[in-house]
Amino acid sequence: MMRDELKIRVVKGPDGVEFEVDPLRDYFCEAPPASHPPAYAKIVEDLFNWARSHSLWILGFGTGCGAIEMRPLMTPRFDAYRYGIAWRPTPRQANLLVISGYLSVKTLKRAIRAYEQMQNPKYVVGLGSCTINGGMYWDSYNTIKRLDDYLPVDLYITGCMPRPEALLQGFEDLKKLIRAGKAEGANQYAEKFEWYKANQKQVIHDWDMPDYNW
Amino acid sequence: MDFDWMKIPYAFLTLFIVVNYGFLLNAFIQKIAARVGRRHGIPIWQNYADMFKNYGLRSSITHGVMFYLGPVFRLSGGVGLILFVPIIYGSTMFSNMSFAGDLILALYFIFFGTLGMALGAGESGHPHAAIGITRGLSQVTTAELPFALAVFSVALQYQTLSVTDIVAAQQGGVMNWTLFTNPLAVSAAMLSFLGSMMRPPFDVVIAPQEIPIGPPTEYHSSYLALMQTNRAIFPIAKIVIYMNLFFGGASDWPTFFFKVFMIYLWSAFVGVVFPRFRVEQSIRWFLIWAVPLGILSIVMV
Repeated sequence: MMRDELKIRVVKGPDGVEFEVDPLRDYFCEAPPASHPPAYAKIVEDLFNWARSHSLWILGFGTGCGAIEMRPLMTPRFDAYRYGIAWRPTPRQANLLVISGYLSVKTLKRAIRAYEQMQNPKYVVGLGSCTINGGMYWDSYNTIKRLDDYLPVDLYITGCMPRPEALLQGFEDLKKLIRAGKAEGANQYAEKFEWYKANQKQVIHDWDMPDYNW
Repeated sequence: MDFDWMKIPYAFLTLFIVVNYGFLLNAFIQKIAARVGRRHGIPIWQNYADMFKNYGLRSSITHGVMFYLGPVFRLSGGVGLILFVPIIYGSTMFSNMSFAGDLILALYFIFFGTLGMALGAGESGHPHAAIGITRGLSQVTTAELPFALAVFSVALQYQTLSVTDIVAAQQGGVMNWTLFTNPLAVSAAMLSFLGSMMRPPFDVVIAPQEIPIGPPTEYHSSYLALMQTNRAIFPIAKIVIYMNLFFGGASDWPTFFFKVFMIYLWSAFVGVVFPRFRVEQSIRWFLIWAVPLGILSIVMV
């Protein structure tokens, strides 16, 4: 079922010329994502990896109940900013997507669109048991069970819910992965793009968005 | 007219010092604000990490030519400002390209980056960017009004449009500073200063989670890194103008570092004490409190 604003329509321009608009084709990119392997000499990549690990910009997008555990990180008690962790309001500038807890199919759509708009390299952290095996929602009709089937997860933080300390520890572990150059989820997503899309379309029945969102 | 080619490497040296000082000073001021909130705040080298990361991103998306040029305009506004005002008074090495009418040019450069940004953000096609730039431009315009009035007042007072001459007229003791010879102009300018430093109470335009950060919504990777570099240069450049016009300039680097830090601290001090204004509130505030001061200062001169 396609929403009205996404249907093909004829638009009359200010100069009187009529032309056809296909929102899904005209407003979005048509090319599948490309893999960007590390391109520079090792010493430069090491510098970049150091900078990437010390500048984690989280997309401020809470998908489930775990989002409440992220808020205390900004407060004086936990103060994640001293570890180079900050929150950005737009996916263009963020490079870490935290899926905070259960992910309903409806939210999965938004998470995919947000993830695809982020720039390579980008990382996904699954927060809480729900992202690993569905957690307490394992038999729910409307949530996904394994986040890894839909987005390339770099790191899981277990618990229901993990406390902010656990989050900080998780981010420190993610930093080690990035420093070692092992956090290449964005390239993995690009290389296995067909597989991820098939999985996503299997659960999202009313697919009313473009296949490529960037 | 003969041009001294040695000025070019000197200008690069100035730029290098200013960029690094700007990065460190920005982080330091943020740390002070964090300490007021009982946080530790970011590490002092955080801005370098952010910048390297953004330059090091592997993919980027463009929305057209103006989208490229927006950050470039912005950066050239900051760099231009640095290059055309004397950084260190009396030093041939660090006076850069300053010339007789540079005060007008400086006023122009202060606004230049914002306009480039407006065009670039407009091209991104993001509605938040368009709204953000409208709000930003209206606030910056009203904030610049008192500053422009103060600059005219100072120019009338010293009968010159050259920043170097204005600094020269203020030498020979603290009581010769414009701060004491023309206090009205300085207070109008210092109120205007608050509006352009992107700190509370006037930072609602770029505040995260407002209209999601306004103009730079669509900017990412190296575009954003260019703008971050400018965020290091521009406040320093702006403060240098203030220092030269109102606080006697600086005749060596330690004085420069100290005065720039103190002037920057003024905006941080006000920022941690007062909460944010909405855009229409801040416009009203500038028009009611700062602009009359500026007009009065011109009348008094």
